[in-house]
This record gives sequence, C-alpha cells and structure tokens, in this order.
Amino acid sequence: MKRIFYAGLLTAIVVLPACVTINIYFPAAAAEKAADKIIDEVWQIKKGEQKPVDQPADQPAQGK
Amino acid sequence: MKKLLFAFLALILTTSVFAAGADLEINTPAIASLKASMQARHGQLASHYASGAVGLTRDGLVAMHDANAVPLAQRQGVNGLVSAENGDRNALYREIAVANGHPEWESEVRNTFAQRWVQKAQGGWWYQDAGGGWVKK
Repeated sequence: MKRIFYAGLLTAIVVLPACVTINIYFPAAAAEKAADKIIDEVWQIKKGEQKPVDQPADQPAQGK
Repeated sequence: MKKLLFAFLALILTTSVFAAGADLEINTPAIASLKASMQARHGQLASHYASGAVGLTRDGLVAMHDANAVPLAQRQGVNGLVSAENGDRNALYREIAVANGHPEWESEVRNTFAQRWVQKAQGGWWYQDAGGGWVKK
C-alpha cells in the first residue's frame, strides 16, 4: 500500500508541473487558429475562398 | 497493482486533456462586440486598402500609407477610420489575452494577428515587412 502511495506521489510530481508548463507558454498554434477565425469574420472571408464576399475594392464606397 | 495502473491511466488522461484543451477563448461579449464593430468598419476601409491609401502595419494595426490616394476632402474621414480601427484592434488583442487569463500574452497575440492579417490580405494591398518598409502584396 505504501509503495502505491509513493508511486502515485512520484507520478504526480512528474506530471503536475507538465500541466502547468502547458498553460504558461503562449499557445502559438491555438492563437493562429483564433486569429484566423476572427479575421475571416471581420473581413468576411468564406471558407475555401480567399476573397471577401463583396468586393468594395472595385467600386468606391457609396455616398462619396 | 491494479489500482496503481488506474492511477497512472487517470493521470495520463488528465495530461492529454490539458494538452488538447489548447484552444484560445475568443467567445466573450467584449470580443464579439469588437468583432462586430470592425466588421462594420471594414466596408468603408476595404476600398482604401485596395487603393493603397491605408496599409497593414507590422504591429497588427493599420496606418495611412499613401495619403495622396485619397481626395483631400476625404482625408480627415480616413484618418478617423484608421484611428477607430486601431482602437478596436488594440482592445481586441488585450481582450483575447485577458479572456485567457494571461494579460501578458497581449504582445504575442498582437504579433500573431499581424502575421495573419497580412497572410489573409488581398493582392494589391500594402503591408509593412519585418523591417517596417511598405510592401505591395
């Protein structure tokens, strides 16, 4: 029983810092994914195409 | 011994959950309203990106690149759009860092966005390279 306790303790010592480490470092891949999602919404880029839905680039904005 | 094995398995499972749950939180009311505001403004900014009047900076913001591409009468309005957009973008980077419990991530969030904005920009739009020089995509 004591052995199990020590083995568990050892595992916790090894594993817990690993969890903390994951949370301290900046998750670059996740950030990229989040950025892409937000940019697609702001610029209204549909999946599969790299251009916004409407192309106001070709025509000057209305009322100007 | 069986108990020990289960303890091990449980711990391994916990770790993989920690590792897999690496998605950033971006579904907060503050972020949603910033997104909506930027999306609405993009309708007005898009033509200025295309004309080269406004470009994407290396620090994830926008800036006047070629003021001559805008008629004098409209210049004030474009300046207003640029500063409003930058206000939203700064707030967005801050909010994402805060929403994930790490305010100190703000500059890394900004850098990530700076690269992705350029990556997703249309051909013909202007952006700043790493050295700060303007480049046409």
